[in-house]
Amino acid sequence: MSWLEIRNLQTVAVGEIPVLPIEEIRQQIIDRIAKGNRLVQFFGDRHAGNIPVYAVLADDESSRLYVASSVLKDEKSFTSMTPEVPAAHLFEREFYEEFGIEPVGHPWLKPLRKGIPGIDLSENQYGFFSMKGEEVHEVGIGPIHAGVIEPGHFRFSCHGEKVYQLEIKLGFQHRGVEELFVRNGSRPIYLEKLAESVAGDTVIGHAGGFIRAYEALAGIVVPRRAKMIRTVALELERIAVHLGDLSALSGDVAYLTGNSVFGALRTKVINTTMAICGNRFGRGLMKLGGVDFDITAGLRDRVLNTIDKLEAEVALASEVFFSSASVLERFETTGVVSKETASAIGMVGPAARASGVPVDVRSDHPFGGFEFLPVHKLTLPGGDVFSRAYIRFIEIQQSMKIIREQLVGLADGQIIQTTGSLRPGRLVISLTEGWRGEIAYVLITDSEAKIRKVKIKDPSFNNWFALSLAVRGEGISDFPLCNKSFDLSYSGFDL
Amino acid sequence: MLDLFRLRKHHGNQAIPDVVNSQLMESHRGFPVIDESKHPGSWQSVVDICPTGAITGEPLSIDLGKCIFCGECEKSSAGAIKFTSSHKTGTSDRERLIVGPGESYDTFRESAIESRREIHKLFGRSLKLRQVSAGGCNGCEMELSACSNVNFDMGRFGIDFVASPRHADGIVLTGPITNNMAPALMDAYRSIGEPKIVIAVGACAISGGVFSGSDRVNRNFLEEIKVDLYIPGCPPHPLTIINAILEFLGRA
Repeated sequence: MSWLEIRNLQTVAVGEIPVLPIEEIRQQIIDRIAKGNRLVQFFGDRHAGNIPVYAVLADDESSRLYVASSVLKDEKSFTSMTPEVPAAHLFEREFYEEFGIEPVGHPWLKPLRKGIPGIDLSENQYGFFSMKGEEVHEVGIGPIHAGVIEPGHFRFSCHGEKVYQLEIKLGFQHRGVEELFVRNGSRPIYLEKLAESVAGDTVIGHAGGFIRAYEALAGIVVPRRAKMIRTVALELERIAVHLGDLSALSGDVAYLTGNSVFGALRTKVINTTMAICGNRFGRGLMKLGGVDFDITAGLRDRVLNTIDKLEAEVALASEVFFSSASVLERFETTGVVSKETASAIGMVGPAARASGVPVDVRSDHPFGGFEFLPVHKLTLPGGDVFSRAYIRFIEIQQSMKIIREQLVGLADGQIIQTTGSLRPGRLVISLTEGWRGEIAYVLITDSEAKIRKVKIKDPSFNNWFALSLAVRGEGISDFPLCNKSFDLSYSGFDL
Repeated sequence: MLDLFRLRKHHGNQAIPDVVNSQLMESHRGFPVIDESKHPGSWQSVVDICPTGAITGEPLSIDLGKCIFCGECEKSSAGAIKFTSSHKTGTSDRERLIVGPGESYDTFRESAIESRREIHKLFGRSLKLRQVSAGGCNGCEMELSACSNVNFDMGRFGIDFVASPRHADGIVLTGPITNNMAPALMDAYRSIGEPKIVIAVGACAISGGVFSGSDRVNRNFLEEIKVDLYIPGCPPHPLTIINAILEFLGRA
C-alpha cells in the first residue's frame, strides 16, 4: 500500500492516511530512505485505547511529503529500524520512552527526557558508554556548564587529550511543552506564546512553525503583507544568531576582535527586531492570521538603512576574520562530519549544508512568504568548523538580500486576517527553516475539532548526534569550538 | 593588517556610556500603567486574555512576576492598560511586582528595590554570580550573556558571571525549575559559600511563566530558599537586569 503524498502545510483527513502493519512501515522506511527520502517525523499518539504511530518522510527534490500510520494496541515490541536507518535512532528512543513499546535491536536504548523502565535520568543509572584501557580517562561536564548557557551533560572518553567518544545526555530542560500545547488547546493566545518559548533563540521560527500549522487546520488565509513581514523577521533572526555564533566562535579561539565586533553587530540586528515589535527576539510579532506589528514606510526605510550599513560592516569583519591565520588554523579540518555521515544520521540546516547536504526547507518545501520567493540552497563541501562558520557568513548575506527584496516590494493590504476555527479529524505537517534548520510541527485534531496531538521536532533533535561524531579523534580542547559551530538547542530538544 | 585597523576604527567604542540613565526605544514593552477609568464594567475579558494569568480584576492589577509583556491585554483593554517603555522593573519584594490601578512608574520605583547596607558592604564593589538555567528557553540566558557583551559591559561595575559556584557570591536563576534540573540547582546553591544571594530572572523563574502548571516542573527550591532580587520580563532587557543589580547593591 502506498503512502499518502502531501505537501508542506497541506491538511489531510486522519482517516485518509494509509494504515500499515508496523513491520511494513519499518521496511518501507528503510527502502525509501535508501532511495533518498529523509525521515522527518516518527511518533506515536494515544487515541481510543490504541497507539497510532505516524511516520513522515520527505522527498526534498520533488517537494513532497509522505505519511503513513500504523495502529498498535497490545504489542510489546517491534523491530528497530535504527541499524538500517541511523536517522531513526532518537525517534525510536523517544517513542519507547513515551509508550513503553520496545524497538527490538535498537543499539542504544536509553532515556531522553523522562526515564525508561529500569533506567531513570540519574547519573548512576544512566549507564554511560565507558572505554577501558591503560591511561584511558573520562571527563564529565554538566549539567551546569561554565558559561551562561542551558544545561546538558557531556561525557568524554579520552586517551590523553584525544577524544574517542562523546556521549551527550540531555533532558534537563524537559518542561512538558507538548503536553502543555494539548492541555491548553482551546487558548490560542497562550499557544502562540508557548510556541515562542519552545526555544527562546528561535522565537520566529518556532512560533511560525506552530502558527502556520494551526492556520492550515483552521483554513486561515494569511495576507501577503503579513507573510512578507514574517519572512523579514525570520531572516533577521537568522542573521542575528549567525552573527552571535561568529562572535562566540571568535571567543572560543581567543580572537577577541571578532568576539567584540560580531557581538556588537548582532546587537544592531536584534535592536532592529525590537524596533519592529518591541522585543529583541521578536516576541509578540507572530499572531494567528498574520502579524501584530506593521512595518510602516518610515520603519521600512530605517530597517533598509540598517541592513545596508550592516552589510558593509559584516563584509569587513568577515574578511578580516576569515583571512586570519590564527583563526583558520583552529577552524580548518577540525570536527569534520562527512557528507555520507550527515545524510545517514539525518542532519539538517546550515550544519548539514556545511557538510555538502543540500537541504533547506525554504527551497525544498516552501512555506509562508517563500512560496513566492525562490531561495538558492548554499552548500560547502568541507564539513569542518570552518565550513560551519563560513556558511553562516554567506547565509547572512543571502538573508540580507531576502529582507531587502521583501521590504522594497512590500505588498499593500492587511497584516492580519480574522481567525477561523479548527476543522475536526485532520492532520497537518508544518516544516520551517529556522536558523538551525528544519523545524517540524505535526498537529492532529480530534472529532470535536480540538487539538489532540502536537509533535514538535527542533533541528537540534537531528543534529546533536553529529556533534558527538564531530569531536571523535579531536583534542578535547577543540570541543567548545565544535559545540559552538553547531550551536544546538537544549530546550528545543528537551521540550 | 590594514583591514584589521580599519575594522577596529569602524567598530569604535560600542559601550553604552551611562547604563543608569539611558532609555529604551519607544517600542519596548516595560512598566504597565493602569487607568481604570478608561474601561468601565467587567474586567473579565482582559483577565481571561492573559496567557499567564498575570491579571486580576477588581481592582485591575498586573503581576509583573507572571507577566510576559506580550501586550495582549493592552490591545483588549480600551486604553485601561498601557505598557510604557520604562524598563527598570526589578524589585526586591515579590509582592511589590503587583502593579495596581493608578500606580505611576515613579511611585513604583520609590519602593521597588531595597538596598540593604550589608549587601552594599559585602558585594558593592565586586559581585560574582553563578547562572543556573533550570528549564529556561535560552531567552533569559541570552540576555544575561548580553549583559557582559561590549554594549552593556556589566564587568565595568565588578559584576561578572563565573564558572564555579565556589567562586560565586550568589545564584542567578532562570527557567521554571524542571524536575530534571531541581537536584543540580540545589547542588549549585549549596556549593556557594555564605553569605550568598539569589536573583530570579524572568517570568519562568519568578512564577513558572508559560510553563506554570506543568507536571514536569518542581518549584520546591523556591519554598526553601529566599529570593533577594526579582527581575521580571520575558526575557528582561539587559538594562533591566543591570540596573536592578546595581540598585540592589546600592550603587545606582
